[in-house]
Amino acid sequence: MLELSDVHRYLRWKKRFPTVWCPGCGIGSIMGAIIRAVMDLNISKDDVALVSGIGCSSRMPVYVDFNTLHTTHGRAIPFATGIKLVRPDMKVIVVSGDGDALAIGGNHFIHAARRNIGITMILINNSIYGMTGGQVAPTTPLGAFAHTMPYGNIDPDFNPVELAMAAGATFVARSTVYSIVQTTNYIKKALQHQGFSLVEIISQCPVLFGRLNKMPDPKQLLKWQKDNSIPLAKAKNMSPEELEGKIITGIFREEDKMEYTQRYAELVKRVQSELED
Amino acid sequence: MSHQDKREKKNRKKKTPIEEHLGRYDIRISGAGGQGIISTGMLLGEAISIGDGKNVSQSQSYGPEARGGATRADIIVSDGDIYFPECQEIDLLVAFTPEAYEKYSTAMKPDGIIVADKNAVNIMVGQAKVVTVPFIEIATKKFKRPIVANIIALGFISTFLGIVSQKSIKDAVEDRFASSSHLELNMKAIEEGFKLGREYKKKFS
Amino acid sequence: MALNRISSDGHPLMFVQGNEACVQGALHAGCRFFAGYPITPSTEIAEGMARELPKLGGTFIQMEDEIASIAAIIGASAAGARSMTATSGPGISLMLENIGFAYMIQMPIVVVNVQRGGPSTGLPTKLSQSDTMQARWGTHGDFTSIALAASTVQEVYDMTIRAFEVAEHFSTPVFLLLDELIGHMREKVVLNKHDNQAVVKHAFPEIPPEWYLPYTESLDLVSHPAPFGKGYRYNMTGLVHDRAGFPTSIPAEITERLETLRNKILKHKREIWQLREYYTEDAKYVIIAYGSAARAARGAVESLRLKKTKAGLIDLKSIWPFPDEPIKEILDRCNIKSVIVAENNMGQLIHPVREMLGGSVKIASVNRYDGHPLEPQEIINVVKEEIYA
Repeated sequence: MLELSDVHRYLRWKKRFPTVWCPGCGIGSIMGAIIRAVMDLNISKDDVALVSGIGCSSRMPVYVDFNTLHTTHGRAIPFATGIKLVRPDMKVIVVSGDGDALAIGGNHFIHAARRNIGITMILINNSIYGMTGGQVAPTTPLGAFAHTMPYGNIDPDFNPVELAMAAGATFVARSTVYSIVQTTNYIKKALQHQGFSLVEIISQCPVLFGRLNKMPDPKQLLKWQKDNSIPLAKAKNMSPEELEGKIITGIFREEDKMEYTQRYAELVKRVQSELED
Repeated sequence: MSHQDKREKKNRKKKTPIEEHLGRYDIRISGAGGQGIISTGMLLGEAISIGDGKNVSQSQSYGPEARGGATRADIIVSDGDIYFPECQEIDLLVAFTPEAYEKYSTAMKPDGIIVADKNAVNIMVGQAKVVTVPFIEIATKKFKRPIVANIIALGFISTFLGIVSQKSIKDAVEDRFASSSHLELNMKAIEEGFKLGREYKKKFS
Repeated sequence: MALNRISSDGHPLMFVQGNEACVQGALHAGCRFFAGYPITPSTEIAEGMARELPKLGGTFIQMEDEIASIAAIIGASAAGARSMTATSGPGISLMLENIGFAYMIQMPIVVVNVQRGGPSTGLPTKLSQSDTMQARWGTHGDFTSIALAASTVQEVYDMTIRAFEVAEHFSTPVFLLLDELIGHMREKVVLNKHDNQAVVKHAFPEIPPEWYLPYTESLDLVSHPAPFGKGYRYNMTGLVHDRAGFPTSIPAEITERLETLRNKILKHKREIWQLREYYTEDAKYVIIAYGSAARAARGAVESLRLKKTKAGLIDLKSIWPFPDEPIKEILDRCNIKSVIVAENNMGQLIHPVREMLGGSVKIASVNRYDGHPLEPQEIINVVKEEIYA
């Protein structure tokens, strides 16, 4: 068991707490998972840059004692790209919500995956816009209710895992807040991975998504995560109909391909050696 | 009358050679997209600026106009500062196509000169003196490369008009093609141009 | 034989476009990170940086759009690299939100705007100066911006270096306002005339990390947040924040933050202001212009002087903050009858001129917005109208 003080060493708890997150929100658990992953890997706090955009989860940088950058809506990835290119030695983590990463920031997401740049993206998917008060997201299930879908959502939802894989991400995993130990392990693997890594974490928003969709108690949402999670190995033997509305968890891809800043360093080496000749 | 209308009316008036007193010399090279007009302008500008040590501003027009067939490079040469960097009244027009010749030959200074490819002049336009030279024909027949027509033309205007020194334009061409397999071809083309220019100079004097 | 590309005093010479001179200036100023997206007429700057930066071990990246490009250079600057982007027209509109973010977190970056006609797609291959006001008020919120300008290719080189100096000194974004004509025009440039140490990297914080506050301004009000990954862990946010970089809703802290963003520039505006004057000693008619409009104005003034008309020119090298005091000093010295504002737009620079003069001097304007540069004769005609008015 970890001592409480171990996690506290990574938090700006003296100055910045309490957080803005509602009681029962999943983001705090994920913040804990990120800290535990960094701690277990013995990564120095000075070597971590945590970059976010706008939204509930994007408030995380304020509370964590890393080099933290809280940027504009949807744009965390390109800011992180600039940092990673200048400091390839640093662990650059982007923490993003589903609206931030997939709606306004969707283009940056696919291009970072395409380049295979060494950024770890923690995508916290709570199926709704929380910070602005419960509007529909690209991940809101069909038929679910949101303040901008008062008659039920008619927009089909995105599958970020499939999107990342199609775009070329080399580490792709999905987990839930309910399975927080598995989540921590996936984040650890992602942080060790060379190349663009995505960990999608299904989270709960009891105050907005839950209340609008008849699951106002966080326990109901966590139970829903538990009851609907299907490990990838098991899902492979199931039909699309059986998997409808389920959360498939696991590591979908773990592939060794040259990371972008390494590729760039090789280009520099090649150009400079040609100059010398 | 709106300001815009007033301005348009003013623009229709014939312009005065306002910068003549500073020894300003306005060159326009014009032809079709793909004829290497812009790079010809660059070479000439570089030769006069870096090689001959004069002040040069070189600009170009491209975009929709290039699709219409006419592309142009302007080279302003002066001993003093160059204020307005585009041709106002042209001292030397080098035209490779009929469109270029017909479009710009009316913008010449009274004592300006037009050096045109033989194929560019079908009908006489304007008052300016025109010298026609078969640049494209020579490039095609003698060098098997129509693209060197503009290099021949650069050599020609050097010895025929003396607006750029032979050494400078030759050096500029050599620098440009130094690492290219076309270096020898272009050096031969510039010499051909020098020779042509000398011949024409004799013929016209 | 090759052309002798060395000046009489031993400096390298180039005959290049304004956009290429910008590349050379940026490299000389120590720029080692460029992120951009192709757009006419600024693309040659990205192409030049893509060619040159790897040679120097610097980084070039073509991002997926302009929003990503500006974000990447701000991130790179936060990690300690001297950074720049260049764009035009729609590209600068897309960048504005993140430029506001850089004002807020006080991050030095250089943004080159090779202006083209607008609004919207406008005139991609034609010149314009219609982003003059956008460089002042472009992003949302209260802030004070810095914008510099150039009217020759040599000046593009010089002012690019200057833009990095100013950005570094004030730890803020700096616009370099060029236009299609200046960007694509070729002229001779003398390189490396400036001291290699011209652009000073701000000193590293001396206090221990645990006491470090990124936004504790010194007496000159300027903060220089330490680069990421050097042991000074702190927070940067686009939210209004306190001295430690954490979001605040305390009115006194909000006021302090916003006033500092403004005052750090206004307090030192004399250090930013730069202009060039021609024939102003005894001028009755003074033209105010910048960039390619100033070139036409210079032609007009030279021509008018030949005909004994007392015309003069103020060619602005810094646009924002508007150099009202030095312009007023010049106008107070000469025997002014009218001020003529010459612009390749429908009238933008004329607004701060009006504000500055407050009706004390007659103001005329000459504007052209058809994608073609103002010609000297158009300006001469307006000066003549003033003479006979």
